[in-house]
Amino acid sequence: MSASAPARPTSADTPSAADGSAPDTASARRVPGTVRPVVTGLGIVAPSGIGVQEYWASTLRGELRVAPITRFDPSRYDARLAGQVTGFEPEDHVDKRYLVQTDRWTWFGMAASRLALADAAYDPGDHEPYATAVVFGSGSGGNDFGQRELERLWTRGRTAVSVYQSIAWFYAATTGQTSIRHGLKGPSGVVVSDGAGGLDSLAQARRVIRRGTSTVLAGGAESGLTPYALTCHLSSGRVSTAAEPAAGYKPFDLHARGYLPGEGGATLVVEDPAAAARRGAPHVYGEIAGYAATHDAAGHARTAPDGRWLAVAMRRALADAGVDPDEVDVVFADGAGSPDLDAQEAAAIRAVFGARPVPVTAPQGLVGRLCAGGSALSVAAALLAIRDGVIPAVGNLDTPDPAHGLDLVRDPRPGVVRTALVNARGYGGFNSSLVVRAVSPT
Amino acid sequence: MSEPRQVAITGIGVVAPGGVGRKEFWTLLTDGRTATRRLSLFDPTQFRSQVAAECDFDPRAAGLSAREVARNDRFVQFALAAALEAVEDSGLDLRRTSGADSDIDGDVGAGDGGRAGPADDDGPVVGVCLGSAVGATTRLEDEYVVVSDSGRLWEVDPHYASSFLYHALVPSCLATELAHRFGAHGPASVVSTGCTSGIDAVGYGAQLIVDGEADIVLAGAAEAPISPISVACFDAIRATSARNDDPEHASRPFDASRDGFVMGEGSAVFVLEDADAARARGAHIYALVAGYASRSNAFHMTGLRPDGVEMAEAIRVAMDTARVGGHDVNYINAHGSGTKQNDRHETAAFKRSLGDRAYEVPVSSIKSMIGHSLGAIGSLEIAACALAIENDVVPPTANWSTRDPECDLDYVPNIARDHPVDVALSVGSGFGGFQSAIVLTGPNR
Repeated sequence: MSASAPARPTSADTPSAADGSAPDTASARRVPGTVRPVVTGLGIVAPSGIGVQEYWASTLRGELRVAPITRFDPSRYDARLAGQVTGFEPEDHVDKRYLVQTDRWTWFGMAASRLALADAAYDPGDHEPYATAVVFGSGSGGNDFGQRELERLWTRGRTAVSVYQSIAWFYAATTGQTSIRHGLKGPSGVVVSDGAGGLDSLAQARRVIRRGTSTVLAGGAESGLTPYALTCHLSSGRVSTAAEPAAGYKPFDLHARGYLPGEGGATLVVEDPAAAARRGAPHVYGEIAGYAATHDAAGHARTAPDGRWLAVAMRRALADAGVDPDEVDVVFADGAGSPDLDAQEAAAIRAVFGARPVPVTAPQGLVGRLCAGGSALSVAAALLAIRDGVIPAVGNLDTPDPAHGLDLVRDPRPGVVRTALVNARGYGGFNSSLVVRAVSPT
Repeated sequence: MSEPRQVAITGIGVVAPGGVGRKEFWTLLTDGRTATRRLSLFDPTQFRSQVAAECDFDPRAAGLSAREVARNDRFVQFALAAALEAVEDSGLDLRRTSGADSDIDGDVGAGDGGRAGPADDDGPVVGVCLGSAVGATTRLEDEYVVVSDSGRLWEVDPHYASSFLYHALVPSCLATELAHRFGAHGPASVVSTGCTSGIDAVGYGAQLIVDGEADIVLAGAAEAPISPISVACFDAIRATSARNDDPEHASRPFDASRDGFVMGEGSAVFVLEDADAARARGAHIYALVAGYASRSNAFHMTGLRPDGVEMAEAIRVAMDTARVGGHDVNYINAHGSGTKQNDRHETAAFKRSLGDRAYEVPVSSIKSMIGHSLGAIGSLEIAACALAIENDVVPPTANWSTRDPECDLDYVPNIARDHPVDVALSVGSGFGGFQSAIVLTGPNR
């Protein structure tokens, strides 16, 4: 039995809703379609900047945005660096009535969503409420809120616990609040697969669109820079204990020694292409052409030692997109920043692309690992590379590990980018791969 | 247009209050017994609500390894036990490990059950899609108390942390553990949509099969939320029952005297398969997952409008996908949490989506017996629907005694009913505004 979906015709050959049904009616499609959704809006909140422009300019300049943790005194921890979002005034981005009942992680998600909707010039109020949904990848939930309320409970008793704890800490908070803020009644969801969650949210958005919903906010955000969340990260044994930012998180570097946690993420406006065309969406960054996911199933904290299941995910994603490996212009790698995990990913890339030295990048070396938010941000970066015809460099790379045998992008590399493969892996063995492609002007 | 793949339930595993295993679960429900009691997992004296529906669960007796128990929160332990039962029930020969990490130590080529060389695309793709609303909250709180010295330290002391804290921090550990135990190398994820997680995970799992992304999916949900912080957060909004002097009768869905839900725990896991493949191998099929939909009310994180419009829309779409009409529905498994607003809300939704048929169809809430296990309950209720189809028996709503004028349907009070069931509808409503509906049909429909 073939595991991969049959290769699909290119989007140019496949008008959306080929059976003539109008996605905007929000009627359920009994048989899911094969339409390729397009991304029409990006919203970013990251250590590199707030908004697409700030983020992208900083990323192309290669500005290292990991720094000593300032949100609390990290001196008693082995790891003291992180990618922190700076200059973020919550009141500028999130309505006051939501601020009090939500965690910092939700602020990032709501801010990114507002930016993405503005970028897409999409006002959900112009559409019937069931036509729009929100599907986010979630990571560790509301850490600031959670630790504060645990402290109140255990020092002052149950009557000190906030009436908002039940809706701020849990993993669906950002999706739920975003649906309320923007009046989105479509089939919303929350997927959790650690760092792969951003890609998996886009896959779920695609399933939703193929069943008749016209527009989905997807992506994810993360904020895990509390003492307790950092303690949880440290228990993985994979956090870099470097003292200097330049030595911190170094994907594919000879001196890679683990990752640094970061905060932030991205929201993407994903649309049925026909619906986007009908409303005259100002940008079409690209289409979600293919996707696949696998799991190493190798142990609670382990990965398949040779990256084989990551390679399977990549191959299946390319087959789903109907894309030959030779057509791929760049791989946005997971870039875990641990020597063994980087070696696995390098082996998988070599296995899929053969002798051809496909350009590989991992700009997240500049900002740290943002859990589900990080893979959402990688897709945004890939779409910006397509838009501008430039591949950003691997973040914080000084000495490429020659053993990886990869064409690692050292400086921003100009050139036409039509097809990008994005990898993301999650703790425990999640492997997801997503193919985004330029959409030909019609 | 070609017909979409049908999705069959070929294995069911359950860990529930009042009994471990699907047979014990079904016996409890059809006896109309309640498993709610005074909360015993910790001393509940300071809390407003002191009742719960707890599982008497021995993970080692359920087949878990010592290491699986050591590294996992109770919610993962429930799911592993339920999955072991479900896979056994299905008759599928999925790889089983002992659950120890050392199963793959040494030989690089052995990570895939000894399959040599690069992974290939032969054989069915096995996926994992599990729901949970609050993940490893219990473990995270237990460890927080230690590292923070009972809350005294904001900068908690990492030297007191266990090695498995990151595993607990992100609830995707649930999918990882099941993938590992059963050698499931297909797509894996956790669905965390609050109290509809258990429906949505089965809905998403079925979609993986329909769309050809997987051939077999371990789908279901698990929750073990009975910890001080969870009890406190629901106390704070008075969502839970304070009938502390009468815990056995505290969960009272649709009854006029209902005063909130009773927190529960547990897990149900299903083996979902492409129905043609299941028929070809002669598998027993409990039911087909024929339709699923979710909508959001975009209104309030916890509040519900009394009109039930969005839940009715989810029901309408789920029935349409399943190609059944209101007249086909033989049984509705209600969300029936026992809060004032919920039971009124969904009664309105049933009338809005089924019209007069709503008055003829038996509607019941098993939360009256096993409490409300947040993200897990949707899957436990799907298990009840599958078993209702299998046995042509409808479980009752226990503790029903006084009619609420706003809840005027046939809630199958207190006594199970022999009743042919070929189409069952189950619904859920969750914090965050999620409204989900799923339709199960008999195997030959």
